[in-house]
Amino acid sequence: MSGATEPAVTVADLWTSELRYRINATQILGGVDVSVRSGRVTGVLGPNGSGKSTLLRLIVGALPPSSGHVHLMGRDVARLSRRERARRVAFVEQEAHAEVDLRVRDVVLLGRTPHRPAFSGDSAADLDLVEASLRRTGALDLADREFATLSGGEKQRVQMARALAQTPRVLLLDEPTNHLDVAAQLQVLALVREVAAAGTGVLMAIHDLAHAATVCDDVLVLDAGVVAAAGPPREVLTPDLIAAVYGVRAEWVDGEHGSALVFSPLLGGGSARQERTMSAEAFRL
Amino acid sequence: MTRTDLDGGPAPGTADPGPYPAGARKPALSSPGRTRAAMSRSVLLWLPVAVGVLVASLLVSLTIGPAQITVAEIAGSAWHHLLAWLHGLGIGVDVPPNPLTQIRDGIVWAGRAPRLATGAFVGAGLALCGGVMQAITRNPLADPYLLGVSSGAALGAVAVLLLGLGVALPVAAFGGALLALGATLALAGIGGALTPNRTILAGIAVAQACSALVSFTIFASARGDAYREIINWLMGSLAGRTWAWVAIAGIATVLIGFIVLAFGRTLDAFAFGDAAAASLGVHVTRTRWVLLTLTALLTGALVSVSGAIGFVGLVLPHVVRLLIGGRHLRLLPVAAFGGATFLIWADTAARTVFAPQEVPVGILTAAIGAPVFAWLLVRSRRAA
Repeated sequence: MSGATEPAVTVADLWTSELRYRINATQILGGVDVSVRSGRVTGVLGPNGSGKSTLLRLIVGALPPSSGHVHLMGRDVARLSRRERARRVAFVEQEAHAEVDLRVRDVVLLGRTPHRPAFSGDSAADLDLVEASLRRTGALDLADREFATLSGGEKQRVQMARALAQTPRVLLLDEPTNHLDVAAQLQVLALVREVAAAGTGVLMAIHDLAHAATVCDDVLVLDAGVVAAAGPPREVLTPDLIAAVYGVRAEWVDGEHGSALVFSPLLGGGSARQERTMSAEAFRL
Repeated sequence: MTRTDLDGGPAPGTADPGPYPAGARKPALSSPGRTRAAMSRSVLLWLPVAVGVLVASLLVSLTIGPAQITVAEIAGSAWHHLLAWLHGLGIGVDVPPNPLTQIRDGIVWAGRAPRLATGAFVGAGLALCGGVMQAITRNPLADPYLLGVSSGAALGAVAVLLLGLGVALPVAAFGGALLALGATLALAGIGGALTPNRTILAGIAVAQACSALVSFTIFASARGDAYREIINWLMGSLAGRTWAWVAIAGIATVLIGFIVLAFGRTLDAFAFGDAAAASLGVHVTRTRWVLLTLTALLTGALVSVSGAIGFVGLVLPHVVRLLIGGRHLRLLPVAAFGGATFLIWADTAARTVFAPQEVPVGILTAAIGAPVFAWLLVRSRRAA
């Protein structure tokens, strides 16, 4: 991991302190601290419903936190305007968005929204930036296509270009490899590394533990809205932790092209997770 | 997969210090493909076309009617009135004679012209409202009447026409529209946050309640000619509109139109949903309520002038989006001019096709709009 060879002691571009989110009495996220550093990819892992998307949405300002703070370049985002925040943090969601009547170029141009006055046209600098962003994500040849006609992998690259055109210090990605075939997954992950290498901090929710272990410099494992573990992936993603959080047995297997995780169901019927929730049910009864 | 597979990009040490260093090389911007595609959607191409078609439509439909009046006569008469007006201001110009007799002059400038102008402003306003509503609710079926505004206006109008409420009809219709909007927002807000879906459902409930009241009032108290009058109003009609009505529709459409246009870029940011809009720096909730309120006010003003004319606000934005794409700074002005042109021709047909009988123009907009909408539906199914 490149993370192990770069022990840079820098102030994080973005960090959260005790970030909480609740809907009525239900706690969705309970006091999460995470930091994102320039040039590094931080993965957010966890089972479905563990709060990964909520964490990203709180950071980007799509949801208001119930308590806690988000610090961006050393400033509390509560003191920034929405546009100021949007100039520093970009966000790519996981949805497919079939019904969008925009050309690819216009989609990428949306990234300039927080940088432009409402009534202005598109400046030459904006159009140059759109072109450069499309080139960086390998989507330049798609520029004049209708966004709705693209494949899943192409859409993802265009959304990444849109986020880059926002010229963010921190890029948030929600499951960027979701619904993609394996080649498109690898392309997107390679792109994520390139973006980080150019100096942007990346925070990425991701399901695939093996991908996370390969791509991320650090990972944060969420379980039911709280941090179960955090650190370099090979230290964090131990068989014990995976069994405790996901309820499956996992094993690191070293192969010719690196190491991979192999999963199998936990023996003895119910998973650890199921057993734990069952015992919680029993306690409530 | 190995890290070397993934690390295709420059190593951190050799990478650019920032994402976009000063003096970055200019990418080649003009490939032939881009120029062509950009042209076919350029607002510089479509806006003059839309304005030209509207002006031509206005001139031609001024000549259509029982009295035979040519474009040349109308142009001469307009020139006469313009110079007479300048003369009246004390500017020394020679006023040429009016090619139209006084009666024919009246037919053009007191009869046809204000009716056409009302239709143009109402059509433009409805298309604008439809385009905005579809963007902020992300619902392709959204139209200006979504929040019960038209049913409320109808209730106000019926109260005047049938129950003899002692206020002017447009005032009562506008009041009814605002009351319906208030009821919709209040209903949607009970016991929870105002979400777009709850708002639309509340609008449907309010619209149904108002419609039931309107039908009952008609059933209980309409006699003889009142039926025709009320049906005319409910179906939408531009018959007998004077310059006073033009002023109401014109001021509302131009004023709110410009405000809405200032939100053009913001509306684009809604294309990928609320979270994406928020991540682009848009205040999602505030923007949605400002725009919903503005469009409801404009719709209320338009309904009070013309009755509820359907399908213009629903179909026109879709057609224009198909032609020039979904960027609202282009879409909204072109849709407005398109809506104006569409309603002018629908109304010209309404007053001539079954002459001397007049058909309520709403019947014609529906008769044209419904097949167009069906065609759009079939087309989008093929594309998907």
